[in-house]
Amino acid sequence: MNAANYLYLSAMLFTIGAVGVVVRRNAIVVFMCIELMLNAANLSFVTFSRINGDLNGQVVAFFTMVVAACEVVVGLAIIVTIYRSRRSASVDDASLLKR
Amino acid sequence: MMSSHSLVYLIALPLAGAAILLLAGRRSDKWGHLLATGLSASSFFLGLYQLSLMLSRSNEQRPVGQKLFEWISVGTFNIDAGLMLDQLSICFVLLITGVGTLIHIYSISYMSHDPDRRRFFAFLNLFIAAMLLLVLGDSYLNLYVGWEGVGLASYLLIGFWNQKLAYATASKKAFVMNRIGDMGLSFAIMIAFATMGTVSFTGVKAAAEHTSTAALTAIGIMLLLAATGKSAQFPLQAWLGDAMAGPTPVSALIHAATMVTAGVYLITRSNFIFDAAPTAQLLVVIVGAITLMFGALIGTAKDDIKKALAASTMSQIGYMILGAGLGPVGYAFAIMHLLTHGFFKAGMFLGAGSVIHGMNDEVNIRKYGALRKFMPITFATFGFGYLAILGVPPFAGFYSKDMIIETAFNSGGIKGIILGSVTLLGAGITAFYMTRVMILTFTGTSRWDEEVHPYESPWLMWLPMAILAVGSVTSGYLLSHGNALVNWLSPLFESHGEHDEFLPPMVVSGLALAMVAIGVAIAFLKYSRSDVDAVAPSDVSIFTTIARQDLMQDRFNEAVFMRPGQLLTSVLVKTDEAIIDGAVRGVGRAAMGTGATLRGVQSGFVRSYAALILIGAVALIAAIWVVVQ
Repeated sequence: MNAANYLYLSAMLFTIGAVGVVVRRNAIVVFMCIELMLNAANLSFVTFSRINGDLNGQVVAFFTMVVAACEVVVGLAIIVTIYRSRRSASVDDASLLKR
Repeated sequence: MMSSHSLVYLIALPLAGAAILLLAGRRSDKWGHLLATGLSASSFFLGLYQLSLMLSRSNEQRPVGQKLFEWISVGTFNIDAGLMLDQLSICFVLLITGVGTLIHIYSISYMSHDPDRRRFFAFLNLFIAAMLLLVLGDSYLNLYVGWEGVGLASYLLIGFWNQKLAYATASKKAFVMNRIGDMGLSFAIMIAFATMGTVSFTGVKAAAEHTSTAALTAIGIMLLLAATGKSAQFPLQAWLGDAMAGPTPVSALIHAATMVTAGVYLITRSNFIFDAAPTAQLLVVIVGAITLMFGALIGTAKDDIKKALAASTMSQIGYMILGAGLGPVGYAFAIMHLLTHGFFKAGMFLGAGSVIHGMNDEVNIRKYGALRKFMPITFATFGFGYLAILGVPPFAGFYSKDMIIETAFNSGGIKGIILGSVTLLGAGITAFYMTRVMILTFTGTSRWDEEVHPYESPWLMWLPMAILAVGSVTSGYLLSHGNALVNWLSPLFESHGEHDEFLPPMVVSGLALAMVAIGVAIAFLKYSRSDVDAVAPSDVSIFTTIARQDLMQDRFNEAVFMRPGQLLTSVLVKTDEAIIDGAVRGVGRAAMGTGATLRGVQSGFVRSYAALILIGAVALIAAIWVVVQ
């Protein structure tokens, strides 16, 4: 099968994730979209690894998974804390950091 | 050069006096003036002691030196703070401390009603110390310290009564004009160091032979600039008239007898430079000739007795500078005139002070008259000074001024005739204006106000005047008897071949006396036979008006230097505000404006940040894509 198709899939997943981050208000959904973007990047890495015939891309994909796991831990903690204090999981409500 | 350990005490004694009087403050009010006078007198006796030591040695061994401490030591450049006493400096040391002590004594009485008398004596002692350092320093740099010191003392004493705004302004004027001259001296020192690598008198003298004429001329002109500043010579002469704002003893000591002659000392001391730089020497003569006429012309129109004497001082120093510019043959005569002038001019200033004292601080000679009867001693001492400055034989000025006139005539060619005529004419004008002062002050009818009761001054005041009068009578004869001063100073100056005699001495003396007689006669005809108005007449010729305004010297300085200077500073201030400050403020304003605009982006909404990041990333990738394509 043509390796380029994996790249198209990766691009589509990334676009869906990016649009989701920008348009959705629910923090949990935004979070899942970020995960989608990370995994789209992972798919690209693995695909390039396959195309080039070495293991570099696969190694980087592992790193990305570790980073994503850490991010989930920290991110969920923040979201839960914000929900406790504001009774809302909307990212637009947490807009105090403005001028 | 022999070494001596006691030179420093000449300076240290009056300096200690100044320090004690200033630091002890009001506690020394009772005895401060006595201490200051005593220290000045001890310095004078030390000077006499040094003179006796000098006389006991042979000609070559007379100069003595003393190293005080290592002042500057950088690599190969070494300057010691050192003193040197030779045949030239001893003349000055005795003049400064001798006349200085007499004026200290005079001031005890003259300043007795002034609440600040102690401060006055502290400044007088400071002046004596600085002036001694000036003439005793063994290098131009040491001389410079004394040079600045006398400038400071002069400033402090001119503005002694600085509660009057005009007096404070006069002291500032003197200080600023002196600074211009001081700049010349510092330039001379820098050029000497750059070309010769040394600034000591002996070092420069030795190096002058191998130095280019151009460099020597530059040094000479800068030294001349310094001399014009300190000695009130053209073109830096305008401060001396206003300097009469100081108490009269100050005018007598600093602005007649000693400090203003520092320029003559500087030129005489630098004889090895001027002898090798004919252009600079010619300039010295020209400055002297211009100033002696300038001062004499101002003197004819002044009604303030002190200002008339100040104009006369300017004129007489012009004679000295002219004499010093005539080369090896003239140095000794310049110094001789300096010494005799120190006696008779100081005596006349003290006499003027005595008159002012007895006339309730009135300085206008038109409001004097007939004072001979009321102040016989002042009249006699002033009269001796008057005869001396006129050059009537056998008074002091006859010997010294005639020598300069004679040397001017004998300098050869057209130059000799011009210079000789100028000095002769100057002598005639001097006779005119001094006779005018004499007649208006002491003879004729009284013109003073009714509440004034003139009286003779106490003995503390007339004693110094009497001693100076004795000097005015005898000093000329003593100094020229058997060429005493010329022979005394001869080791310092290059021996010179005799010039051709243009006119024999008898003829010159005759001509000078004739000029003096004419001047006196005109003054008698004009002022003695008719009554003089107590108020200066205003319907006078344009020449009188100009002379009354000091030959427009202040207007000239204001138009040529002051206004353009003010214009320059105001342009610079505006440039600074508009361009320099404008640039700085502009940068700040630009940063703040940009910040205010960009702050709008910070909405606080996470999604808008994310959108911006996304757009940025896409734009970046698109740009890279375009470039790579």
